[in-house]
Amino acid sequence: MSPVIENLDLYVDGFLTSLSIIVVAMIGSLLLGTLIAAFRVSPVPPLRAFGTFWVSTFRNTPLSVVLFFCAFGLPELGINRTFYFFGVLGLILYTSAFVCEAIRSGINSVSAGQAEAARSIGLNFSQSLRFVVLPQALRTVVPPLGSVIIAMFKNSAVVGAFGVGGDLWSTGQTLTSARGYETLPIFIGVAIGFLLITLPAGAVLQVIERKVAIAR
Amino acid sequence: MSQQETVLFDAQGPKARRRTMIGTVIGALFLLALAVVVVLRLAGQNQFSMELWGPLLNPGNENFELVWGVIGEGIVNTIKAALVAMTLSVVIGTLIAVARLSLGRYARIPLIGFVEVFRGLPVVVLVYLSVRALPDVGIDLRGWPGGQVFWGLIIGLTAYNMVIFAEVVRAGVASLPRGQREAALATGLTNGQAMRLILLPQAFRVMLPAIISQLVVVLKDTSLVVFVANFDELLSQGESIIRNLGNPIQTFTVIALLYIAINYTLGRLAQWVQARQARGSTAKATGGDDLVPVRDGA
Amino acid sequence: MSFRRSALVATLSAVVLTAAACGGGEDEAAAPEPEVAEAPEFEAGTTMAEIAESGSITIGTKFDQPGFGLETLDGELEGFDVEVAKIIAAELGIAPEDIQWEQTPSAVREEVIEGGEVDMVVATYTINDERAERITFAGPYYEAGQQIMVAADDDTITGPESFTENPDLTVCSVTGSTPSEQIREYLASDSQLVLFDEYSQCADALGNGQVDAVTTDNVILLGFVSESDGEFKLVGEQFTEEPYGIGIEKGDVAFCEFINETLAANEEAYVAAWEATAGQIEGTQTPELPEPAECV
Repeated sequence: MSPVIENLDLYVDGFLTSLSIIVVAMIGSLLLGTLIAAFRVSPVPPLRAFGTFWVSTFRNTPLSVVLFFCAFGLPELGINRTFYFFGVLGLILYTSAFVCEAIRSGINSVSAGQAEAARSIGLNFSQSLRFVVLPQALRTVVPPLGSVIIAMFKNSAVVGAFGVGGDLWSTGQTLTSARGYETLPIFIGVAIGFLLITLPAGAVLQVIERKVAIAR
Repeated sequence: MSQQETVLFDAQGPKARRRTMIGTVIGALFLLALAVVVVLRLAGQNQFSMELWGPLLNPGNENFELVWGVIGEGIVNTIKAALVAMTLSVVIGTLIAVARLSLGRYARIPLIGFVEVFRGLPVVVLVYLSVRALPDVGIDLRGWPGGQVFWGLIIGLTAYNMVIFAEVVRAGVASLPRGQREAALATGLTNGQAMRLILLPQAFRVMLPAIISQLVVVLKDTSLVVFVANFDELLSQGESIIRNLGNPIQTFTVIALLYIAINYTLGRLAQWVQARQARGSTAKATGGDDLVPVRDGA
Repeated sequence: MSFRRSALVATLSAVVLTAAACGGGEDEAAAPEPEVAEAPEFEAGTTMAEIAESGSITIGTKFDQPGFGLETLDGELEGFDVEVAKIIAAELGIAPEDIQWEQTPSAVREEVIEGGEVDMVVATYTINDERAERITFAGPYYEAGQQIMVAADDDTITGPESFTENPDLTVCSVTGSTPSEQIREYLASDSQLVLFDEYSQCADALGNGQVDAVTTDNVILLGFVSESDGEFKLVGEQFTEEPYGIGIEKGDVAFCEFINETLAANEEAYVAAWEATAGQIEGTQTPELPEPAECV
């Protein structure tokens, strides 16, 4: 493992860059995904249609293709930002579709009787969502939502291939391809960097799951 | 639209319908304006020229047949890689799940550690390690039919997905009523027989939609090989077209639409299988619902 | 080293091959097929004898490098590296259609040579000491140099030093490539360096203003300049020397010398190969075959 120790500063930088991508993308995709989920269950048919279109598009396209359109398509439209911006944006767009589906499946898991009861005591759409359905949905949503977010942590590796630079993935590539280090130790180092993020995240998720779990 | 969702609101009255209508018109106008801006900007960059689109769209173009031959080969390779990786993942995943369910409390700890480590790694890193590092540790895939990169990709994808499947199978078996196993043992079957003959077949039925959905993930993940080495799957073939014709936006648009078409079809297939199962059996089958939509790779 | 060939047969077969090649070509200049040596004889036990005996050769090249080694849509390979490799194969008595082409991107070149997967690698392969520890280089057969490409209307960047002076400028290169490492010396900060998987992506990023410059070997950049309809230009002098060599198994001096002699004896074919491939790019100059380095 000495190649990793030798380049520890690069790894630390890469880890921090990856971490920042992850944190921004997590906040962004949770917000956007919730919005799209709200569209998908809303009473307004065009909004539902838009939500469905959004989910089918981003869920069925490889992340690398989404990232390509962000990095090379948006500048063609005259939108010039950093590649970091485009990379995080692509990751948010892609992940939002999965966040949306996780939340929607949670809403669906709340038994119809709950919604019926809420409606029958006179609550309207947003009230019954807010006071009855969502609080219950939240509990079932936590495990799938958590795994979507952890999957996004792992997917963030791909963002590094789109001009971001300095993240864990590009650091590994630079060390092996350009500086001639052996692949195995260098990429085990990269793998450890990701495990340092995903394993604690998984543990945190389990704690939350236990906290909110209900017997059904 | 499921029952729960429609229960949440009344059918819209005349006022709400009018509001919806106005909102829709405004929304549609906004989207239309956006589309016009996009089209104008792209046209300003000359992105609609037939020189760039012709090879992809015009059957009369001299490169049309070559381009679609290249794309067709890419689709075949993508599907081939996805199916092989998927089959191996299901088989190995099932073995891991069975091992985990049959081992004692302490004996299963190393196995759980193994599963957690693989679940925590980006699939692109696993593919990179299998393509680039396996030869360094003396595992020679060159003689295998399909070549080293193909099997490297398969091993990377399998390493990632087998542990996901181990979890799916475990959840599937766990979702079965306890009585199933108890009844099997009571009729004199051994533990192994009960697992093989009674529990796994039922669990697989519940898992089938999840398996098909995961196939979408694997199919998309095959494209990650472009960052590692050359294998002529769909995305790499697109890049090859771009190198020859210099039309990245156009080619990527077509490639994206192809991925969406294939994966959308698979997604619908999963839904159809699930709906069929839900109709055909008791409430227990809906246990599969939690397994289906949200697992994801890259 | 002794080898003999039947000149008449070789000339005849070359004529036939050339005729066949002309049949398919339209406006693009097809490289003339080299004369294939008929049953050449080599000292027993040499790599040349083994290859000539087996009747086929495996050659590593790039499939994604316009001008040097590019796989076309119909699966053919074209480029200067490909033609140079054909000249050497012909001298071993192997016709172009008997060559097994292996795709060897930069990262795997030493590996495939060491592993014996290929007999030689001709793949824009810069000779340097680090690599020479693992393999032997024949040649060089071409001398490139790293340079900088910018938008045609850009006059702020004049050379690599511009990146030191102005830390806001960004420069694009390919992940893990030698040029991407060499430009680092001139950068004020690492964030100036943008890395992609392919140079064409760098060129796209330069085209839509996402980066200020692209850097790699000048001959590759010239390809983008000539395709860009005056959108791009090269600035400054080349600031590195990149002699391209032919990679073979470490210590195979006889094969190395054979390659060098073959190139020296086929200067005409060498020039024709250049003019049919990389020489088509505007602004390139037909190179003279460099003096070969000592084979070690």
